[in-house]
Amino acid sequence: MQLFHLIYYHYPIVSYRKTEIWKTVDWLTIILYVIMIIAGWFSICGASYEFDNVGLFDPSGRPGSQLIWMGLSVGLIFVILMLESDFFDVFAYFIYAGIILLLIATIFLAPDIKGSRSWLVLGPLRLQPAEFAKFATALAVAKVMNTYGFRLTIPRNFACVLTLIFLPMVCILLQQETGSALVYLAFFLMLYREGMSGYFLLSGVCAVIFFVVSMKFSEVTAGVTAIGELLVSSLILLISVLLVQIERKDKRAVQVILGTTAVTFLGGFITSFFIPVDYSWISIGVLLLTVGYLIFLSIRNWVWHYVLIALFALASLAFMFSVEYVFNEILEPHQQVRIMVSLGLKDDPSGAGYNVNQSKIAIGSGGFLGKGFLNGTQTKLKYVPEQDTDFIFCTVGEEQGFVGATSVLLLFGALILRLIVLAERQTIPFNRVYGYCVASIFFFHLAINVGMVTGLTPVIGIPLPFFSYGGSSLWGFTILLFIFLRLDASRRER
Amino acid sequence: MGINSKYTLENRRYVIGGAVVLVILIFIIRLFFLQVVDNDYKAWADSNAFLKKTLYPSRGIIYDRNGKLLVYNQPSYEVMLIMREVQPFDTLDFCNILSITKEQFIKRIADIKNRRLNPGYSSYVPQVFMNHLSAQECGVLQEKLYKFPGFYIQNRTIREYEYPYAAHLLGNIGEVNRRDIEKDSYYVQGDNSGRSGVEQSYEEILRGVKGVEILLRDAHGRIKGRYEEGRHDVAPVSGKNLTLSIDIELQALGEKLMRNKRGSIVMIEPETGEVLCMVSSPTYDPSLLVGRQRGKNHIQLAKNSDTPLLNRAIMGYYPPGSTFKPTQALTFLQENVITTETKYTCAHGYTFRGGKPACHGHASPLEVKYALATSCNSYFCWGLHDMIDSRKRYPNVQEAFEVWKNYLVSMGYGYKLGIDLPGEKRGFIPNSKYYDKYYRGRWNSSTVISIAIGQGEILATPLQICNLTATIANRGYFITPHVVKEIQDTPLDTLYTQKRYTMVDRKNYEIVAEGMRNAVLGGTCFNAAIPGIEVCGKTGTAENPHGKDHSAFIGFAPYHNPKVAICVYVENGGFGATYGVPIGKLMMEKYLTGDLSEASKLLEENMSNAVVSPNILSLSNREL
Repeated sequence: MQLFHLIYYHYPIVSYRKTEIWKTVDWLTIILYVIMIIAGWFSICGASYEFDNVGLFDPSGRPGSQLIWMGLSVGLIFVILMLESDFFDVFAYFIYAGIILLLIATIFLAPDIKGSRSWLVLGPLRLQPAEFAKFATALAVAKVMNTYGFRLTIPRNFACVLTLIFLPMVCILLQQETGSALVYLAFFLMLYREGMSGYFLLSGVCAVIFFVVSMKFSEVTAGVTAIGELLVSSLILLISVLLVQIERKDKRAVQVILGTTAVTFLGGFITSFFIPVDYSWISIGVLLLTVGYLIFLSIRNWVWHYVLIALFALASLAFMFSVEYVFNEILEPHQQVRIMVSLGLKDDPSGAGYNVNQSKIAIGSGGFLGKGFLNGTQTKLKYVPEQDTDFIFCTVGEEQGFVGATSVLLLFGALILRLIVLAERQTIPFNRVYGYCVASIFFFHLAINVGMVTGLTPVIGIPLPFFSYGGSSLWGFTILLFIFLRLDASRRER
Repeated sequence: MGINSKYTLENRRYVIGGAVVLVILIFIIRLFFLQVVDNDYKAWADSNAFLKKTLYPSRGIIYDRNGKLLVYNQPSYEVMLIMREVQPFDTLDFCNILSITKEQFIKRIADIKNRRLNPGYSSYVPQVFMNHLSAQECGVLQEKLYKFPGFYIQNRTIREYEYPYAAHLLGNIGEVNRRDIEKDSYYVQGDNSGRSGVEQSYEEILRGVKGVEILLRDAHGRIKGRYEEGRHDVAPVSGKNLTLSIDIELQALGEKLMRNKRGSIVMIEPETGEVLCMVSSPTYDPSLLVGRQRGKNHIQLAKNSDTPLLNRAIMGYYPPGSTFKPTQALTFLQENVITTETKYTCAHGYTFRGGKPACHGHASPLEVKYALATSCNSYFCWGLHDMIDSRKRYPNVQEAFEVWKNYLVSMGYGYKLGIDLPGEKRGFIPNSKYYDKYYRGRWNSSTVISIAIGQGEILATPLQICNLTATIANRGYFITPHVVKEIQDTPLDTLYTQKRYTMVDRKNYEIVAEGMRNAVLGGTCFNAAIPGIEVCGKTGTAENPHGKDHSAFIGFAPYHNPKVAICVYVENGGFGATYGVPIGKLMMEKYLTGDLSEASKLLEENMSNAVVSPNILSLSNREL
């Protein structure tokens, strides 16, 4: 009943200042949005067009249905812009709770479609609730971080935010949609802006680098030296030394470490004339010595930072040794293959590498100016599955060439940078946090999707916003974006 | 860690913005190399593209228990077309070669292009235009193929059946539908999968693994050769062969005997649970559901009011009638309701309920072995009365009845047995809740008395009835019946090797077995006797509210160390002794002695010519 009262008596949902919104809303973003969905529609035409098939406007074909969803998106936009701006603040938790329930229900209700249980089938309509969980999570996180006295450095607050982020992520993982679940990692970029220690991001980047290096060189040896371990442990040493320099500006410590390293390696080099020497062990030994030295420094000077750096070095070493175990035991076979292919460790044109290979051929064949709208042959051979959804960027690359593909990238760059500018001009944390969530999610989608299509990152099936075919994804991104525009439009009201 | 002042945090926007710019720059450089610098990709696209050609494995072959070939593969051909490559051609000539009409041709093309019917359609990818061409038809087309650009011939295989028998068991294969494709990513449009019988239940074993050949083709679709000399090709893995437990000669005899009758014969080797034959009548020639005629024939069979597609042996619900009495004797003996000495009276009927159910003339009072031999109704009614109405053993009728029901469940009634065939039904054994609901909690043995003689609510499949016979033959256990004896290079599921014991002791089984032996020696089924073999049996005449009684027979032989258990069920066959017993005898004789005696051959003629249900589909008019 309380909710009812809240809605009907105390709270005007619809704004009465309808005319004002058109003056204060950020038109630049709207223009970018319109250009992108129109360009997206043309790409879908290119990907699914056939000379002898249904017309572009036939609703039974894919371009036709996308047109319908685009039309409905315009309706959605009107509704969102007409809502009172604090509607989203007030209802953030309700929306979040509703979406979480829907996600859980989906795990059990959704039919198994090619191994994934993420589509709710309602008669002819198919809905992917995971696409709508993004804006709901962003709202809930923004609301939590807007509470008085909230600081990310307080562990309890940080844990609360992490729970809000990981809950939908786990639900989506249970729906067997690994790609959509990974998108939630994007929130860490926003958390960084809001005060999370930069070392979280650094650790993430380091983990990726160590993983790639140790996988890529895992089988490589020179003499008896395991190259992978040598490289990674040297990298760890290097980063530790850099950290000592940045955090403490302790020139003496740096000199001691580098000196020890040089002496030990020289000793190893001389020894190698008599017995074969595995340099990776020398490197690891130096690293362990460094750790001991840092702990000694920490106790002597009574400074906390040396221990932290020592811990980082030890954790990285442990990570290096567990990479192979994690890769072989925890990842699914198809994920292993995708990673191997993207690292160039495995050539598998009949299986997992096939998509990427075809996708690269399609993009590469586009040349500088492209083959022209509807003239792409590679994408139409239907050899790249999902070419109008996750692999839509191939069509752009093939038909519009380097010029077109770069333009799309620049459009995305403009949109994301504009969103950051808008987020920074917000006066209340709620709006700013939400704005950064939106920017981070778009950035993550762009980075992973285009990376996958151009063969830079492993194949992770997530759509390219506004370009990939699909109602759920288009609506999801539209809602995500326009809630922020609505919040931004009223930034002076509150 | 730095200081978390507002100022330094705001500066982080430059880090994030910088990351965005950096990533986009990396992508642009990557694109520049892919699209502008590197000419390899253009060359690839201009001259080469992969064509993944599926190599179909040959489907597993099926043998009978004696190694006789039952189902194998024959080459067949498919006409494929790539819409993009089709150029104007002489449609009339084309239609004449394939002997189709112009209308059919137009419709087929429209169907291929219809995305609702054919979701994976692309004008660049080969589509099946027509399948199941014989070698002759294919030969004619091959000669003129040059006239029809865009059309190709692809080799496939088709199932061939060595015998016109065991259609329900073997099952057939058909094209996968949209649901199959969504459920199992192995399939693509145009693939076949098992639709019934062993073909369905062992689909994943029979189908093998598809291979792939990666060919290179140019922009005009011309094949340029194999990619890297076939280094990435995957050879198909043939499906595994199956050896059925079925004896095809026995099956053939069974189907012959069941001509012009509705019903079923099931035979099981008690020691192993192997199904020796499984006849369901009316039946059809399995080769009717192969090839281009499959669709048409399937519709005709499905529309037939005698339901020839129904495997009555595992899907038919029948009242077991008097064949149910051994279960009652076993339950009463085990629960100490009766002993071998207990005698009940019978005055041409169950006197406790005014002579109903009625019975036939025999000595009275009588004890359990004689009651089984002469199939006395009253005896088992009294037994049920003593079991569930007496408050000495159980506090109320509900609990007594649950005990009764649990015995039957342990004997394989009321639930699916778990045979390796699709579509098995569970039959029906009521529980106390069922009667509580039906009689609003007020009921006793008199209310439900007909269940004591296998009538009323009791329903079972012929397989369950035969399995019961096997438990008596084994004196207390059964192995889940199964029709596949061996899978090539694969052990059988442990379900089909483990003994499942009933709740009744061996000593009580000996009593019932003796009663059934007496039934053949001088009781209701003396006609089942085979010279030189100690046959045990039990007739059943199941009342049928819709028409003439059903004729049933269960039996096993030899009395000691039995080799076969059988159930015969002839719908509307009248007395159990009329059809059930002689058919059962012939089947057992054939299996145990390998042949039929002269006298039995005469009986075989009589039985196979006897018409119980006129005008049904049978061997004589199988060809539709």
